[in-house]
Amino acid sequence: MIAFILRRLVASIGVLIAVGLIAFAMFRYVGDPVNQMVGIETSVQERAQLRKQLGLDDPTIIQAARFLIHAARFDFGVSYQFKQPVADLIGARMPATLELAFMASILSLAAGIPMGVYNALHRDSALARAFQAVSLIGISLPTFLIGILLIYLFAVVLGWLPSFGRGDVVQIGSWWTTGLLTASGLKSLIMPAITLALFQMTLIMRLIRAEMLEVMRSDYIRFARARGLSERAIHFRHALRNTLVPVITVIGLQLGSILAFSIITETVFAWPGMGQLFLQSIQNADIPIMAAYLLLIALMFVLINLIVDLVYAVVDPRLRVPLNRAQA
Amino acid sequence: MTPPLLSVRDLKVEFATRKGPLVALHGVSFDIAPGEVLGVVGESGAGKSLTGLAIIGLLDPPGRIAGGEILLAGERIDNLPPAKMRDIRGRRIGIIFQDPMTSLNPLMRIGDQIAETIMAHKSLPRREAKRGAIAWLAEVGIPSPEKRIDAYPHEFSGGMRQRVVIALALCAEPSLVIADEPTTALDVSVQAQIISVLKNLTRRHGAAVMLITHDIGVIAETADRVAVMYAGGIAETGDIHEVVRDPLHPYTQGLMAAIPTLEVSARRLAQIPGAMPRLSAIPPGCAFAPRCPKAFARCAMRPPLIAVGDRQAACWLYEHALAGADART
Amino acid sequence: MTEIAGGGEGASGPDRRLVARLEESDLLASFLASKITVAAGAVTIVLFLAALFAPWIAPTDPFNPAANYLSDSLDPPSFIAGGDSRFLLGTDDQGRDVLSAILYGLRVSLAIGFCGVALGAAIGIGLGLISGYSGGWIDSIIMRIADVQLTFPAILIALLLDGVAHAALKAESRDESAFAVLVVSIGLSFWVQYARTVRASTMVEKNRDYVLAARLIGLSHARILIAHILPNVMGPVMVIATISLALAIITEATLSFLGVGLPPTEPSLGTLIRIGQNYLFSGEWWIVAFPSLTLAALVLAVNLLGDWLRDALNPRLK
Repeated sequence: MIAFILRRLVASIGVLIAVGLIAFAMFRYVGDPVNQMVGIETSVQERAQLRKQLGLDDPTIIQAARFLIHAARFDFGVSYQFKQPVADLIGARMPATLELAFMASILSLAAGIPMGVYNALHRDSALARAFQAVSLIGISLPTFLIGILLIYLFAVVLGWLPSFGRGDVVQIGSWWTTGLLTASGLKSLIMPAITLALFQMTLIMRLIRAEMLEVMRSDYIRFARARGLSERAIHFRHALRNTLVPVITVIGLQLGSILAFSIITETVFAWPGMGQLFLQSIQNADIPIMAAYLLLIALMFVLINLIVDLVYAVVDPRLRVPLNRAQA
Repeated sequence: MTPPLLSVRDLKVEFATRKGPLVALHGVSFDIAPGEVLGVVGESGAGKSLTGLAIIGLLDPPGRIAGGEILLAGERIDNLPPAKMRDIRGRRIGIIFQDPMTSLNPLMRIGDQIAETIMAHKSLPRREAKRGAIAWLAEVGIPSPEKRIDAYPHEFSGGMRQRVVIALALCAEPSLVIADEPTTALDVSVQAQIISVLKNLTRRHGAAVMLITHDIGVIAETADRVAVMYAGGIAETGDIHEVVRDPLHPYTQGLMAAIPTLEVSARRLAQIPGAMPRLSAIPPGCAFAPRCPKAFARCAMRPPLIAVGDRQAACWLYEHALAGADART
Repeated sequence: MTEIAGGGEGASGPDRRLVARLEESDLLASFLASKITVAAGAVTIVLFLAALFAPWIAPTDPFNPAANYLSDSLDPPSFIAGGDSRFLLGTDDQGRDVLSAILYGLRVSLAIGFCGVALGAAIGIGLGLISGYSGGWIDSIIMRIADVQLTFPAILIALLLDGVAHAALKAESRDESAFAVLVVSIGLSFWVQYARTVRASTMVEKNRDYVLAARLIGLSHARILIAHILPNVMGPVMVIATISLALAIITEATLSFLGVGLPPTEPSLGTLIRIGQNYLFSGEWWIVAFPSLTLAALVLAVNLLGDWLRDALNPRLK
């Protein structure tokens, strides 16, 4: 078990370093850092001096190592556009994105799992068919379309919910701002959270449904039925538990992709989060922010993957015991 | 004569397909006496497993019972509502499936699986049920049962798992156990052990066994009576020793002739020419007629199971026994 | 122990399997059986044809700036009061006919979708074949890269590639190369699924008798891969391709919506929606509504077809 954890840790660090090197390559070689940073009037000598100052003349390996070490300390340099430390810019926007992602995750799980289970157990009921239709729409419509549709319905036509921004936020501690403590904050959160959650929710629902149907067809379920266990016991004590275990990994990974899709949602709703910052950086070729975002996302994904693997190893007894202990 | 424990009368099973209903069992009839071991033998595809599944009510759609009756201790069980059938499963009829690797829930401890079965049929507190589970593990011959109670299925070998499966099938003390190819998926060295565990346990608890297999050798050593199935119907039933020594049905005769023995040195193994037809291609009339060396004109009509003494054969060669019975009544 | 052996089925030849499975699965029957699937098929064909013949059926050419008059801008659809009969679905802020813009946008969206899928499939199938056939360290490296890439959602990868290209190219050439950049981004973000499936099938096929026979005759590895193994692994690839077509269309639309895809001078459906969102509150709903409907219909239809195809070719659902 320990060996397993260690191996996963090493693999994760490897991925991070790989991504870090890619980020470094972007940072250093896409466009010219010095020319991006200075105005047109700056003389050639001043540029050369700046270059030396930034260590851009050092061997590549040293530059790469320096980049990685700085990154490990969350020091990503200064933004070309805003002339501020990237870490500060991202930090200011992180609470908005994290809150949104968190609410969307909870929503997608709270709705997706029950719907999936219901669909598997009552396959031909009218409600199940309705769920299937909803899931098809959820999977087919691009996130931004759903967002626009919601805005049109609830902001333009009905006027119930605000169509952009985060509402009033409350500062907690030195860094975090939350919109959960104000009425306008909560109202602003509703549509973006639903938009972000819909795709994941339908994925989870379909996954659980498919997995549960598969489990219900398995031999041990048949044997449980043959032993006269009640349908309730079969559905919930056997089938549901066996469905959730393999699905945990996928769900965890899906939650990671909520972070990716938040870029879209933030754009539709003008939500002041990291995703919006990243998009602006792309449009304005602000490489430091792009590189930092890439690394941060990689970190989060790697962390999520690691946690999911660990959880799976704990929950599935087959992974806990090395297989050669089977007795004859 | 004691009334039979299980009585299957003219059981018909069919599958609904896009091209119309497909008849899988054409009218299967046999009895099982209390405590007796009936071997049901036949090739893959003959319908043995289907019969077992129909009896315990586990036919998956599109399969369904289309006719006939199944009586357990004199009462019909083929037309019961699902809730009543659930009571019968495990408590009065148990079943063992072929593959021990997949019969057990991999994420649940062995002891819990046995305990929940006991508790589903007897209202015992969990502690009692757990003690019962330990006792059953000991009965099927698993060493250190108090410790193994908390083990997971993947920590056991195939043979051990099948023992657990047997314990699970018997722990609610059914009067009939259907064993569907219980040893086919096991190593040869382990097969004999499992058969003996099954036989000893059922004898000790007074349960009858319907032993389904394609292995005549197992039947010969374990069963009291045998039913030979072919292409969705019964070809012959009778006492195992009599059937082996003096088979009535030409199919059974062909089977017995095909078994090589140590005494006779033959250069080629005897074979029944042709192959058993698939369910979708069963000819009208006697299903065996196309391959039968003794076929004659009468075989164009499907023969019923004809009683010949205390044996039965579905063959027109014994039509005189029918007439004889009529004449006597 | 003595056993009764049943009659065995003859092993079917390798190349006949796909055809046999197609026949057995009653592909046409199951297609016609579901009204929804037929409707989806009809919608898809209509949209494909509309896109194909856009230059001929569009009333105006929205990409020709000379043909647009700003005086015509923001006209509502012709069937609403205040509408101009020339513009069936209204005009946008540049005076472009929305209907024509949709047709041309559809064309571009579908073109990128198909090219992206083709590229992804080509890369994926190629790498999958090589990976499955060679085994060893080549296989390990390719699969390791695939695993790392799979930890990130495709949209993110596409966005990143698009972004890097955006930043790397000078501003003037960004617009022209948008098409190529999008195709490459989508292709590179989607290859992994093809590679994995093809690799699995290849690993199964490479041990079959006909491959061994071909090697004995002395056929080169490349020839074996392309002429023999490839046709037999195409089955699941078809299903993936259909599903990833919908994904590719959505990805391109999303990237365009975010402003890093096709520019307003050569708008795809996503770009049109982006432009239209700005006018949602001021009442010019048609600019966003009709492209949205078209996009939604397209993706829904393709997804339904993909679902049907997957169910129809799945032997286990019989």
